[in-house]
Amino acid sequence: MKTKQRDKIIMTFLGWGVAFLVFFPILWMAITSFKSEIDAITPSLFFHPTLESYTTVNERVNYFGAVINSVVESVGATMVCLAFAVPAAYAMAFYPGRKTKDLLMWMMSTKMMPAVGVLVPIYVIFQQLGLLDTWTGIIAMFTMMNLPIVVWMLYSFFREVPKEILEASRMDGATPMQQMRLLLLPLSLPGVMSTALLSIILCWNEAFWSINLTSVKAAPLTQLIVSFSSPEGLFWSKLSAASLLAIAPILVFGWLTQRQLVRGLTFGAVK
Amino acid sequence: MSTSALPRDAVASPKVGRSKRGIDTRPLVWPSIAALLVWMIVPLALTLYFSFRNYNLTDPTVQGWAGLSNYTYLLTDDSFITSIINTVLLVGGVLITTIVFGTLFAVLFDQEFYGQGISRLFVVAPFFVMPTVAALVWKNLLMDPVNGLFAYMARGIGLEPITWFTTTPLFSIGLIVAWQWVPFATLILLTAMQSLDREQIEAARMDGAKPIARFRHIIVPHLARPITVVVMIETIFLLGIFAEILVTTSGGPGDASTNLVYLVYKTALLQFDVGGGSAGGIVAVVLANVVAIFLVRTVARNLDN
Repeated sequence: MKTKQRDKIIMTFLGWGVAFLVFFPILWMAITSFKSEIDAITPSLFFHPTLESYTTVNERVNYFGAVINSVVESVGATMVCLAFAVPAAYAMAFYPGRKTKDLLMWMMSTKMMPAVGVLVPIYVIFQQLGLLDTWTGIIAMFTMMNLPIVVWMLYSFFREVPKEILEASRMDGATPMQQMRLLLLPLSLPGVMSTALLSIILCWNEAFWSINLTSVKAAPLTQLIVSFSSPEGLFWSKLSAASLLAIAPILVFGWLTQRQLVRGLTFGAVK
Repeated sequence: MSTSALPRDAVASPKVGRSKRGIDTRPLVWPSIAALLVWMIVPLALTLYFSFRNYNLTDPTVQGWAGLSNYTYLLTDDSFITSIINTVLLVGGVLITTIVFGTLFAVLFDQEFYGQGISRLFVVAPFFVMPTVAALVWKNLLMDPVNGLFAYMARGIGLEPITWFTTTPLFSIGLIVAWQWVPFATLILLTAMQSLDREQIEAARMDGAKPIARFRHIIVPHLARPITVVVMIETIFLLGIFAEILVTTSGGPGDASTNLVYLVYKTALLQFDVGGGSAGGIVAVVLANVVAIFLVRTVARNLDN
């Protein structure tokens, strides 16, 4: 019994030590954001905490505008994506054909295509259609970007729903639309939720398209942060404050939902 | 029990599209397929077209077909070889680091200790941090050779501070990327650990198996499948690393930290050589597909079991 207690204490130190080290950069960023600019370039822990940087960040850039853009774009793209993916995944899970597996593979392979390979044409197309720096453009982009992953995940969750239930409702005359709305979505709600969560997080943190296709009007938080890289990158306290503001919403969101997330991330493979 | 196995085949018609027993699935599946097709084929065709053209935004007088010159120029360019090596080193290095630390952390945080639940939240946090923020914070607050925390610590013990992004640029970027992805591997593998058969471990312990033997013969085989999932998901994202390079080194010094993605970005958007950049893009697509075929096969096999 005694060794067990000792082991637990050792593990506590080890576990918290690792947690501290991994979390340290975020912690350090949070501490720096409450320093004045002069204190920020020294590693001292003794300083007068100030909200100076937060007020300057809000004066200098349109933080709330960027938050609204991030929320609209990631949630919007996720909704559109689900609208496309739910029927497709439903059909593939419950009426699989010989080609279903190939189709899924093909969808995933489009995700492997490096974005940079199509950057130039997409930029030109967006320019021609007037989609640069618009919500519509970014939502369309994010939708396409996540569609394969979302279809895959929904497919693996839908397969866990017993076919007999849907089959019975079909016999009673339920249309595919009714089956999906009244049976499938309620039954696989945790799976659908975790899919949506992952999609929102991926959109929120997406940096390639949002940096290249937006400038001001539709710029999400990722773009806002890049504008702090230089020359304002020298002002560490403001940089930290802006960074903390940019990651705080998604960090809290991720923490609250991490259990559902894991299911989604692994396509239901990890039980 | 047996009911779940019985009607499955009756419902699942082997035919594609319309079938007598099923429904017409085409209107359900086609919107997704059509959207992906358009999104993939139109830009890809344009990229392919541009890659055979002389198309430089700074010099509109030179136009017309370029034949294979964009490709020969690219493939014989030293920057290209460097960028391929950098891409492989970055993806491989980060994958190995995240799997090793992810496994160790998963085992550690699976043990019972005080405040286990809360400490887990701290460990997974970096995964939710956007790449641009991660890169900027590491670059300035931690790795800055003059005022960064690491420099202070080095001076504190009498060492010369390391100029991270000039002496070891690729390693420094890898470090930042690994910091973001170790939590991901930990999150997944930790969840997988929870389905491990405790009695098996206990029995092995009773029989005198040392912790290392238990780890090697019970835990590692159990984690094999989730590890392949981690490898697949991470590879997709690691092949496309961009923001971390953009905000830290911009690919430098020289080409020391330029990966294929960044090379194409530099050629097409910074040097305005659309033709050359497109050729790079096509090469990137081909390479990614080679990796993809291999990975998707492995994962598909895993999903079937």
